[in-house]
Amino acid sequence: MIYVVVVTALLVTLALALVRAFRGPTVFDRALAGNAVGTATMMLLAIFQFIAGRPEFVDLALVYGFLNVIGTIALQKFFRYGDLGEPGGTEGEGR
Amino acid sequence: MIVVDVLTWVLVSAGGVFCVIGALGMLRMPDFFTRMHAASVIDTLGAGLIIVGLILQSGFTLASLKLVILGLLIFFTSPTASHALANAALERGAKPVLADQEGESPSSPP
Repeated sequence: MIYVVVVTALLVTLALALVRAFRGPTVFDRALAGNAVGTATMMLLAIFQFIAGRPEFVDLALVYGFLNVIGTIALQKFFRYGDLGEPGGTEGEGR
Repeated sequence: MIVVDVLTWVLVSAGGVFCVIGALGMLRMPDFFTRMHAASVIDTLGAGLIIVGLILQSGFTLASLKLVILGLLIFFTSPTASHALANAALERGAKPVLADQEGESPSSPP
């Protein structure tokens, strides 16, 4: 019962991040909004573990956190270098 | 037992409020780099307070260990992602809005 305030706050955060994702002029604003959505979802998952009393949800939050960061960095790399680099390419010729 | 619940509620709600503040900042800031500052408020303060509040709630169990690991994950990866994004945005021509660029900035005329 004590999590009502924070769950509504996180849902409002998600909504605001989505508004930023729609309005964001550059693609990096959208990546930023994606990062914010990922963090808010991670918090919701961590809280849901205590609401439902089932301890598996914090593992979901961990996995979601990793994927969120990897997605942000991959998006950044793609939009900066034009592609994600050759698989197993040599690191010598850095762009 | 009541004290732990009240303390958890205070910490967790403060974390939620900081998340909303960060999201509002992300909407209202003029350019990309100030938005990034606002977005990192969500990662650091919002998530940090919520995780501390939840650790209080679960005490010395495996769940609180996983929450500590979650906190460490956010602590290490969020700055990395923000740095990568800022680097890419600067590279790809996202111009930060500087005060002298527009003459007097509306908020603080020199």
